[in-house]
Amino acid sequence: MKKLSARRRHPLAAVVVLLLALAATGGLYAAFAPAGKAQADETAQSLGITEGKKLYSVGCASCHGTGGQGSSDGPSLVGVGAAAVDFQVGTGRMPAQQPGAQIPRKKVIYTQAEIDQLAAYIASLGAGPAIPTKNQVSPGGADIAKGGELFRTNCAQCHNFTGKGGALTHGKFAPSLEGVDPKHIYEAMQTGPQNMPSFPDTTLSEKNKQDIIAYLDAVNGDETESPGGLELGGLGPVSEGLFGWVFGLGTLVAVAVWVAARTAKAKKS
Amino acid sequence: MSSQDIPEENVPAERASDDHGHGHAPVVVADEQNPFADPGLPPHEHRIQDIDERAAKRSERLVAMLFVLSMVATVGFIASYVAIPNDKSIFVFPLGHISAMNFSLGMCLGVALFSIGAGAVHWARTLMSDVEIADERHPIEAEPAVKAKVLADFKQGAKESALGRRKLIRNTMFGALALFPLSGVMLLRDLGPLPGTKLRHTLWSKGKLLVNMNTNEPLRPSDVAVGSLTFVKPEGLEEHDEDFQKEIAKAALMIIRLQPEDIKDKQELEWSYQGIVAYSKICTHVGCPISLYEQQTHHALCPCHQSTFDLSDGARVIFGPAGHALPQLQIGVNAEGYLEALSDFQEPVGPAFWERG
Repeated sequence: MKKLSARRRHPLAAVVVLLLALAATGGLYAAFAPAGKAQADETAQSLGITEGKKLYSVGCASCHGTGGQGSSDGPSLVGVGAAAVDFQVGTGRMPAQQPGAQIPRKKVIYTQAEIDQLAAYIASLGAGPAIPTKNQVSPGGADIAKGGELFRTNCAQCHNFTGKGGALTHGKFAPSLEGVDPKHIYEAMQTGPQNMPSFPDTTLSEKNKQDIIAYLDAVNGDETESPGGLELGGLGPVSEGLFGWVFGLGTLVAVAVWVAARTAKAKKS
Repeated sequence: MSSQDIPEENVPAERASDDHGHGHAPVVVADEQNPFADPGLPPHEHRIQDIDERAAKRSERLVAMLFVLSMVATVGFIASYVAIPNDKSIFVFPLGHISAMNFSLGMCLGVALFSIGAGAVHWARTLMSDVEIADERHPIEAEPAVKAKVLADFKQGAKESALGRRKLIRNTMFGALALFPLSGVMLLRDLGPLPGTKLRHTLWSKGKLLVNMNTNEPLRPSDVAVGSLTFVKPEGLEEHDEDFQKEIAKAALMIIRLQPEDIKDKQELEWSYQGIVAYSKICTHVGCPISLYEQQTHHALCPCHQSTFDLSDGARVIFGPAGHALPQLQIGVNAEGYLEALSDFQEPVGPAFWERG
């Protein structure tokens, strides 16, 4: 100890201490680091990113730029996150077929594996919301009544009371939410695709989103019962008014014609 | 007035002399003096039921059948109300899945009412008399003799009541009659009291926190992402409060965040906090909640009459019937880092009213 103590002012002492400290930190890291995750990063994740970049270069780069930086034809994808990619490509909106007021939902052309690779690549460009897990989007156990309240506060102004959709300005529209995968509803709320505002977890919590999905499942699902029958699209006064004017008034006119029509007369003989 | 007093022209033409309805006014042939002569009624044609008793019987049976059908449907209505459980669902083409009770109640009620009407119409069309009758017009004015009699009666009455002589009775009666309607007018007071300055003020005031309506928690600037949309209420207003609807109808806010360089209006930028702007959610046209926000164009559309506001340019009206921009609430951040209002709205929210100026 005396020797060490005597040399503590040696010019190289600081260097030796630094080296020892570095070795200790490195050793500790190697011992405690989550080995499995690091390994996965090496293989599946980075492979996904590489494959995703290839797919991106073919399918997306013409509009969104070679590095996702965006161009005059498409917005920057840096920081949009995997959830945005999963929504846009998973509902067939991307790749876009033609420019217009709004890119509509259409046939999905990538497999889910390819979508995941694309998402991994885009997520690697900048931090953004991740694809929600099965558990996060499951409507089981959620509060349907609270979901209805949240839906009417946040969503119904555009998507109508039971998610049947509605018109916006200049050819834009809020699409119907019928038959949309709960995962995509969740991602849309989180990322705000196209002109839809986003509802991030900080203002609409994960639980709130689950409640909304459960509400939509209850009022707009396959099992939903409609006590009134013949919903006429569930769009409210427009379709109902049209039906009333055409069929209701039409029936009244027909009855009025019958009331006033000439009765059958006896033939002259 | 007895029947002898009916003036000659009020009696239907040739009614008395013609109980079968075959005749009609003598036809005047159109000539040069009278080119638009009354052609009279066409000759009456008998219905089958008028000459064939079997056809009349058939009609009678059909009408009776419709009335019986109505009775059956009414009984069906009562029976389905009693017997069908109200959560039972059935499939009916083309209505789809429908509540069995709604469907049977509606059908029974419809058939019951329609059958009564249809039976009555068929009865009138086939069995009741269908003889054409001319019902001549006559002057509304009474005969001079009748008028003279009424006036004489009135004078006589006035004389007998001594209204002109007993001035005290006359004047007090007029007073009573004039005052009586005032009690009705007085009830209109319940339409008030006048709103005073209520239309100019909302629950917002300096230091009130902006509370997220979804989570019921106060908002921090970091919670609000660019492109997001959040609805907030003033701190202290709870949904179970008695006056919640009344207050939120004026105080409802929508919070959006823009890139500060996207904000074109100077005052909007000053009243915002790091690009977070707070606008009244109540349309300035007729007060619909307006929140159809398009995050790329920064336009907010009113669903009622399509008024469109540019939220990046002081909520200027760019389309539709709204008369003025949405009022903006000046916001800032308090010592704990929560968003707070810096004052009440500087102008009345919602639709214009005449004292607004």
